[in-house]
Amino acid sequence: MTVARPARARKDSAPPKSGKKTRATGGNASAGAPSGRGVTGHRTGLLESMLRIRRFEERCVELYSAARIRGFVHLYIGEEAVAVGVNEALTPEDAVVSTYREHGHALARGITAEAVMAEMYGRTTGCSGGRGGSMHLFDVSRRFYGGNAIVAGGLPLAAGLALADHMRGQPNVTCCFFGDGAFAEGEFHETANLAALWKLPLLMVCENNLYAMGTALERHEAQTDLAMRAASYGMVAWAVDGMDVEAVEHAARRAVEGIRNGTGPHFLELRTYRFRAHSMYDPDRYRHKAEVERWKERDPISLLTDRMRENGELGDKQLARIEQRITDEIDHAVEAAERAPEEPVEHLLHHVTSSSAEAVS
Amino acid sequence: MGASETHEATTTYREAMREALREALRSDDRVFLMGEDVGRYGGCFGVSLGLLEEFGPERVRDAPLSESAFVGAGIGAALAGLRPIVEIMTVNFSLLALDQILNNAATLLHMSGGQLPVPLVIRMTTGAGRQLGAQHSHSLEGWYAHIPGLRVLTPATLEDARHVLAPAIEDPDPVLIFEHGSLYNVSGELPSPTAPVGLDHAAVRRPGTDISLITYGGSLPKALAAADDLAAEDISAEVIDLRTLRPLDDATISASVARTHRAVVVDEAWRTGSIAAEVSARIAEEYFYELDAPVERVCSAEVPMPYARRLEEAALPQVADIVAAAHRAVD
Repeated sequence: MTVARPARARKDSAPPKSGKKTRATGGNASAGAPSGRGVTGHRTGLLESMLRIRRFEERCVELYSAARIRGFVHLYIGEEAVAVGVNEALTPEDAVVSTYREHGHALARGITAEAVMAEMYGRTTGCSGGRGGSMHLFDVSRRFYGGNAIVAGGLPLAAGLALADHMRGQPNVTCCFFGDGAFAEGEFHETANLAALWKLPLLMVCENNLYAMGTALERHEAQTDLAMRAASYGMVAWAVDGMDVEAVEHAARRAVEGIRNGTGPHFLELRTYRFRAHSMYDPDRYRHKAEVERWKERDPISLLTDRMRENGELGDKQLARIEQRITDEIDHAVEAAERAPEEPVEHLLHHVTSSSAEAVS
Repeated sequence: MGASETHEATTTYREAMREALREALRSDDRVFLMGEDVGRYGGCFGVSLGLLEEFGPERVRDAPLSESAFVGAGIGAALAGLRPIVEIMTVNFSLLALDQILNNAATLLHMSGGQLPVPLVIRMTTGAGRQLGAQHSHSLEGWYAHIPGLRVLTPATLEDARHVLAPAIEDPDPVLIFEHGSLYNVSGELPSPTAPVGLDHAAVRRPGTDISLITYGGSLPKALAAADDLAAEDISAEVIDLRTLRPLDDATISASVARTHRAVVVDEAWRTGSIAAEVSARIAEEYFYELDAPVERVCSAEVPMPYARRLEEAALPQVADIVAAAHRAVD
């Protein structure tokens, strides 16, 4: 087991070496893969899921530049292995609480590109009916509880979802995504203590992309070994290569297994990097281009495609077919969003309270 | 003291609230109580004393001093189908959970396009009068009444203490219940209910014809005492108990003002930006031509609540202040 290793302090923001030490072997990583697909089929699924997120967001950039979508748009590009790898470990009965950088989490969870795109357009067909936008995607049918734009604000809520399952004896896990910036918020520490104290079935997934907006980790945390700090609350905590989707999946499966076995919350620090600026407003002045380029050498999509090519699991034609399928899907999502109806202004006060929704709908 | 009994029983506000909690825990296994010292201690103000022994530590759940985490956990548990009752010791401490109350509880239904109602009840103590100083004594319920998506209740009578909890739990949206600390020891006869108390309406606690005293919560006994004093001077004061600060019951307020043509609003919160300001503005907007005198307000002095008894008393609305305001309106 070389993937989910104990945390150790990291002194700079260099990416992990494209490394034998952090990389999962095919056999290990796919040990828990859904039966029937085989290793190759499973990896193809991971690849397609990551590519969908990447291409979807690249289209978002174009649409934002063309003023078709507005608001804050926080891109996940570079971090796709986290959402896709973690989601592999979850069942439809599990719950997910996310952040404002959640397009990837939503798409990996199975919310359609069409529903997410329509939400970016503010249309009634959006997954939040146009009232949430990029930062507030919801789909209760998939137990996807947002879309929280307050750093660490989703953690207490996730503890409550986990508490409900715990009290009712349900075997479900609640997975909460948050960033390294959450370590500076009291809500992270309150929730870590509460979840460990009550042994809640909570998977705490820290996407450590090394920056809290524009403030580098070592400029906002006195102790930058995040997994070690989480472990101090009395929960299992591992630091994992967040650029290797199979390493992420393997660690998440082990963590979820531990949680379902009743050992309480688990914490994953997934060491990752965002290749784009914090949001569409961000001029990205606070980090060196060379640093970004170094991390791009460990692009999670390239890492997987290289591995699959080496193993003869992926050819150019197959990759082109996947790309085309995704392009068609996103084209369709954009066309549908362009055509979708806007909410009438008369419905402005819907969904303020449950009775206001009933009274006017 | 169950709802099925028909005779009156002597009780206190504290016991009435406890009985409401006991009934809720007995009748619905989705209900649980969570907060600081609600279990083994019996509640900071003794409201939940004995409930741990009856319902066990899962359903009478002592929480660490993490207001944001346990209020947020209440929200999450509500989303998952439970009916949590979260107790926060005082309204001043609720500020530590304000992110969860405003950014999640009040907002999730709308942000999610109607997918996520939050059937959560949060109870907390409010108000001054017990020499607890400037971090345990404020009346911030008006702040919460500012927020769309919340329902804000201020039970001021034994009957409301006993009977607002059940409909609050039934409400699909978040409900905040503010219990004024000076009321817990109020005792009296609790009449058996003749009808559901409801959460939408203000109540006329004392009918009158000359002036409306509009108040809520811990100021209700003071307004009733002021009405007694005014009656001795042949001034007939009507006392309106708002009961629900959000949504405000405009109809009851306006019907009273239409009868009396004069109004004094009594509110223990600071005057600036208060519920008293909101009620006064609504009367001025809608019933300006009904008024025979400017609306008067009796509020707390704009000072962090001092400890010293005579200073605290001077800072708070008192019966004599209400009587004096009524005189200004009537004379």
